[in-house]
Amino acid sequence: MQVSILGTRVLRTEDPRFLTSGGIYTEDLVDDRLAGACHVFFVRSPVAHARIRSVDVSAALAAPGVVAAYTGQDLADLPVIKPPMAGLLNQQMEQRLLATDVVRYVGEAVAIVVTEHPYQGEDAVELVEVDYDLLPAVVGLEAAAADEVLLFEEAGTNVAAVFGDRAALKADLFEGCDAVVSRTVVNQRVAPAPMESRAAAAVWGEDGRLTAWIPNQGAQGTRGALARLLGVDKAQVRIITPDVGGAFGAKFGADPEHGVVAWVARQLGRPARWAETRYENLIAMTHGRAQQQAITIGGSRDGTVLAYRLEILQDAGAYPRLGGILPSLTILMTTGPYSFPRAEAVARTVVTTTTPLGAYRGAGRPEATAALERAMDMFAAEIGMDPAEVRRKNLLPPFSEPHQTPFGALYDSGDYVTALDKALEAAGYDELRREQARRRDTGDAIQLGIGLASYVEITGGGDESGPPQENATVEVHPDGTATILTGTSPHGQGHATAWAMLASDELGIPVERITLKWGDTDLIPEGGGTGGSRSLQQGGAAVQQASKELIEVARRRAAEELEASPADLVFDAARSAFAVAGDPDASVPLAQLALGEPLLVRTIFSAPGATYPFGTHVAVVDVDTETGKAVLRRVVTVDDAGVVLNPLLAEGQRHGGIAQGAAQALLEEFVYDADGNPLTTSFADYPFLSATEVPSFELADMATATSYNPLGAKGIGEAGTIGATPAVQNAVVDALAHLGVRHIDMPTSPQRVWQALQAAGLAGTGSEGA
Amino acid sequence: MRVELTVNGRARADEVEDRLLLIHYLREVCGLRAANVGCDTTSCGACTVLLDGQSVKSCTVLTAQAAGREVTTAEALASDAGLHPVQAAFQQEHGLQCGFCTPGMVMAAVGLLAENPHPTEAEVREGLEGNLCRCTGYHNIVRAVLTAAAAGPGGPASRGAGHDEHEVSA
Repeated sequence: MQVSILGTRVLRTEDPRFLTSGGIYTEDLVDDRLAGACHVFFVRSPVAHARIRSVDVSAALAAPGVVAAYTGQDLADLPVIKPPMAGLLNQQMEQRLLATDVVRYVGEAVAIVVTEHPYQGEDAVELVEVDYDLLPAVVGLEAAAADEVLLFEEAGTNVAAVFGDRAALKADLFEGCDAVVSRTVVNQRVAPAPMESRAAAAVWGEDGRLTAWIPNQGAQGTRGALARLLGVDKAQVRIITPDVGGAFGAKFGADPEHGVVAWVARQLGRPARWAETRYENLIAMTHGRAQQQAITIGGSRDGTVLAYRLEILQDAGAYPRLGGILPSLTILMTTGPYSFPRAEAVARTVVTTTTPLGAYRGAGRPEATAALERAMDMFAAEIGMDPAEVRRKNLLPPFSEPHQTPFGALYDSGDYVTALDKALEAAGYDELRREQARRRDTGDAIQLGIGLASYVEITGGGDESGPPQENATVEVHPDGTATILTGTSPHGQGHATAWAMLASDELGIPVERITLKWGDTDLIPEGGGTGGSRSLQQGGAAVQQASKELIEVARRRAAEELEASPADLVFDAARSAFAVAGDPDASVPLAQLALGEPLLVRTIFSAPGATYPFGTHVAVVDVDTETGKAVLRRVVTVDDAGVVLNPLLAEGQRHGGIAQGAAQALLEEFVYDADGNPLTTSFADYPFLSATEVPSFELADMATATSYNPLGAKGIGEAGTIGATPAVQNAVVDALAHLGVRHIDMPTSPQRVWQALQAAGLAGTGSEGA
Repeated sequence: MRVELTVNGRARADEVEDRLLLIHYLREVCGLRAANVGCDTTSCGACTVLLDGQSVKSCTVLTAQAAGREVTTAEALASDAGLHPVQAAFQQEHGLQCGFCTPGMVMAAVGLLAENPHPTEAEVREGLEGNLCRCTGYHNIVRAVLTAAAAGPGGPASRGAGHDEHEVSA
């Protein structure tokens, strides 16, 4: 029998192409259908809030190479864009593909110029004159919630959604607590900033169908979204997914710009292309996070937490999109891995004159963990107990039968204490605390901070259409190769290798002879895409299931071929052949069974529900008490996402997520001034993490299988941003805890750290306790 | 204007707009699209190529400035014998995910190792500071460069991917 390759470090079959000729991203496409394409450039609002008095494109139209120029009025017959989730988000907060009357954030598109050559477009957009009547900007969540300036007069409020009843919060929630700590913290706005910005290429065929190449996370969802933007049936739209240069949640569906490009292609009767600049990407691709959280935690002096409350104010930006409903996920995960006797959570989402909010790696769950893990540390500091002890005291005991939380989450399996202990051991926690004590005793200017975060998160959840599921098609060809069609949509995760491993293990066909296809809606009409860490546990499980079913189809054909009973046949994966039991010479190769009728199976895998990976992160920082500079020295993590299919890929997901989490904790923030002007509009200003700002990461293994899929796998894509963000933030605060510092908002920049030290009245001295 | 230069070992002469950036020349005129444009401010390094053996960000070089010089892109690294040692190390250590930064990152690494064949981890991180990656957290990129350095010009032994004909070191 062959040894299973599942669980082994198979190198990525995708890599040689990416390393030599490079991936073929949307901008790289060379396709006959796109010959003679024109280029679309957007004129974007330079002001946060204004009434549009006039838009004059005449000078642009006279510029070299300009094919056409359009304003919002030209597209006014296209459907208005309604917020998603009609039951949750205020449906009166409508958007148009190009603004017609009012602009509501810097970067909102008001007009377009279409040119023969891209350089001509860059010149011509400068010639479009837009006259604005300024309106007051609404920046800041409290200001928005006050409803003094409305973004949408017709809505009558800036509140886009309400989750839970604030009036029903219990006045006596913290009764009986020896210690209660309250604080309002900010989970700041960040830019997803995939290395590949947004792009599109579109052409309408003579049959009246649109073919659109769009970097996305799920072509089928993008097809539906684009069809809605254009007011056409989704059967009229074919999405093809080129290579995608990172997404991080921000490339789901379709954006207004994608609709505009498709409209231009129809209007002009020729293919149209668009690729945004980084400046446009930073101001006009959805942002992530942006929650203000009022947290209260209380309990006994023995470390037992008795009650916890989380009140969220979520920034939706100017137009409510997915970001507006993410507080529901934050609320779902309110109590995380802990057993709190009493807990409450409520949220409101408000609109502001800023870039709309969408999903960003973790999407609502990092916000829950950040609030909770800050709360645990503040409680620990209040009662003078080690943060690790406080966590151990409150973690749920191990369970293998599903555990129901007060907020409706059904945790599938978990062993949170073991994850904590493993992480502490891997980090050398006790020695770190001794080193910290030494530095505190000697008044070292460089203080050591140790931060913990224990988490549980939700991955692979279903949606309103039902329980989580995904489809896969596996076909074996007569030449001994195989093709897989998947409804997932890799953009760095390595599905081509991972799905091939799953099929190879069943079919006995080498990984390098298996081709994965995805992202073409004509080829694969159904699919949920890649996001929410769902792909392996559903898409991968579907591939395995299809492969197993294919073997059974082949078995019946082999039985006819060998004139034997199907039950007497053994499939030998090592030879990729069926043989009659006890007579190995009577055999037929799998590939030979594909000679006549195609040998393929399409199947749907359905999971009983979401899975809940968990773990503990430990971060170690040096904080210079004279400059306020925090330097990340170590990140040690235990991330239990069930059974691991390919450790190489799983570790890659963890590394990337840890870095993005550390980046949010230490560096990144998308900043607006009081007038709604974005201040971080390039990679020169937006502090995108570089290689010098993180150490190598230390990963410890733990794998608690889930019973929700045959692979035993949970999602791993977002663990890093969920665990590392609060671990690093907690480490920075911990470095200064003995000086009386209890909290520093993210990013814990030198300025913020220094201010916190000033507020504690002890900057530059490492020796005085508070 | 007319520019004459060498791209991946082949002499070229092209008529180009004065302001044409080298990255756009490589992508649109030469059809070499491995290098990408990732920002507007010379910050990200996705466009990194070698100019006379030194890594440069081709979004900040005019095509005219490359006249009379030799440009090497990621497309030229591999040979019939297989991947270049740095490319092989990136695959071996899983130093790429979405791949967008990869051609630039690999060229930056090749340039780095040409200058410093045996860098420490800190030197690798310093050397790649101008090349941004959103997927890997740099962990495996750094490992890949160290692996390539340890393997030397012959490449990671386990891959047998060494080749010398197209060595691009200055």
